[in-house]
Amino acid sequence: MTALDISLPGARAKASRGAARRRAGRIAVYALMIGASVLWVVPLLFALYVSFRPYSETSQYGYVSLPHHLTLSNYVNAWTQSDLVHFFVNSVEITAPAVILTLFLASMAAFVICRANIKINIALLLMFTAGNLLPQQVIITPLYRLYLLIPLPGFISSSGLLYDSIAGLIVINVAFQTGFCVFVLSNYMRTIPEEMYEAALVDGASLWSRYWRLTLPLCRPALAALATLLTTWIYNDFFWAITLMVTGSKRPITSALANLQGQFVSNQNLIAAAAVMAAIPTLVVYILLQKQFIAGLTLGATKG
Amino acid sequence: MLAVPVLADLAFIWGPALTSVALSFFQWSGVGGVQLRACRPSTFIPDNGCFFGVQNYHQAATVYPPFWPAVEHNVIWLLVFTVIATPLGMLFAVIIDSGIRGGRIYQTALFLPVMLSLALIGIVWEFIYSPNYGLINTIIGHNTNANLIDWLGNPKLNLWAVLAEASWRQAGYVMVLYLAGLKAVDPSLREAATIDGANAWQGFWRVVFPVMKPINIIVLVVTVIESLRAFDLVYITNGGTNGLQLLSSLITSNIVGEVSRIGFGSSLGVVLLVISLVPISVFLYQTFGRGQAR
Repeated sequence: MTALDISLPGARAKASRGAARRRAGRIAVYALMIGASVLWVVPLLFALYVSFRPYSETSQYGYVSLPHHLTLSNYVNAWTQSDLVHFFVNSVEITAPAVILTLFLASMAAFVICRANIKINIALLLMFTAGNLLPQQVIITPLYRLYLLIPLPGFISSSGLLYDSIAGLIVINVAFQTGFCVFVLSNYMRTIPEEMYEAALVDGASLWSRYWRLTLPLCRPALAALATLLTTWIYNDFFWAITLMVTGSKRPITSALANLQGQFVSNQNLIAAAAVMAAIPTLVVYILLQKQFIAGLTLGATKG
Repeated sequence: MLAVPVLADLAFIWGPALTSVALSFFQWSGVGGVQLRACRPSTFIPDNGCFFGVQNYHQAATVYPPFWPAVEHNVIWLLVFTVIATPLGMLFAVIIDSGIRGGRIYQTALFLPVMLSLALIGIVWEFIYSPNYGLINTIIGHNTNANLIDWLGNPKLNLWAVLAEASWRQAGYVMVLYLAGLKAVDPSLREAATIDGANAWQGFWRVVFPVMKPINIIVLVVTVIESLRAFDLVYITNGGTNGLQLLSSLITSNIVGEVSRIGFGSSLGVVLLVISLVPISVFLYQTFGRGQAR
């Protein structure tokens, strides 16, 4: 904001009117931002508050009341009664391999697409990008049937199928997120100067080492940003887990919350505690890696 | 190196998308095979695994009660995102980008919901909307059994209540996209506009906004796609029924619900596919069409 310095005598009255208006405008802007920020955090703080209050108290006075006791017992009960640790393990078993696989496959595809100059590459890039933009529900019906058709050995999936297995959820998360990552990474790789590859060729570097030893290290910022983004997205996934997984105990934490809601329908305070715990990993990302997350979101947007 | 990702994309994304189109012309419960023969005219037991022509679409549009409400709700969703969430996100971004004091704090607060899963957001907001104990009803004094407002249960209200949750998250998302866009705008452009006598309002709409065209397109695409994808919030609230039907939830209930109607579910999927191809084409044209012309 720049303050204009007007000193002409005739303009003074006008200027002071303008200054008053600017001040009013500034107050309005601060009021809006403070109001909005409060509005944005209140739902979360409110759930946090409920999670610390005993059920007996809120059922008597309602959620909006001063606390008589604050307790951790909702957390203890949610943790022990619903086997939360088990759901967290499921989430890790799905998210970690899916993120690594996605980045590995997407970076290979992006590397080939933007280095080998073939006309077909633009078509491949179109395919990947468009595929990621499809609403998941467009493909779920045939995908669900497909998952029921693909057998898996019993030691990978107790259902004997891709359906209702951890492996199945990894596969669909990888397939679905690869498109976005190919798009972002190929844009990023295009900024690597061609001369570096020419030099590597002169040194006799193979295709693989040009990918693994030259390209990937240079893409580290983009990979870090995407890893943050993917971890959050896959951890937060709800749709694939509730449609492609029928056994409640195999589900990751995000979709298990829906079941817990049914299980503890009479004790909402417990659900608040479980929800807060389920949010912790994303809140850790939010606190430590917010920059990376935003970079990932906007990499696809600004270089597109 | 290219084969695995391409095959995975074809097998699990495009394969099902195209199969969806094919299956939408069949009547199939998912039990038994599918044959290329015309369905027998309706008797007591519906024919199964047979070619049904456009009957699935016809039924959806005429005799399937939740179809038109779902379309209407999807359209309302899109309108609310376009008219409220997106402009709000843009306003936040412009204000923070103008260098307001404490900008980081506001950004951090407004961005928080974007990190959380929609399922979690649905649960968290139930404490706000809860009829007897919730924040809103207690504050406005509608928490006695005589005058309860059932925000999430009343089919006339619940769509708007859920849209408040959705917009709460979407505005933060749009804000982050626009913040990146605004940072990329050449500051000398703004200076030139100010020197030419443009006020802040004119400077933004006539100079900055047009320069951000790539971001505007992305935000437009994100807005449309997110309103078509909307699912988690309505599912966690009531399974996508009773005032919260969306195309996405109808599709899901046709496969994981009590009745499995694969052909019919596919036809709803195709409706969603055709609609979503519009924003997808816009995005692809913007990103790749431009690149090729250069």
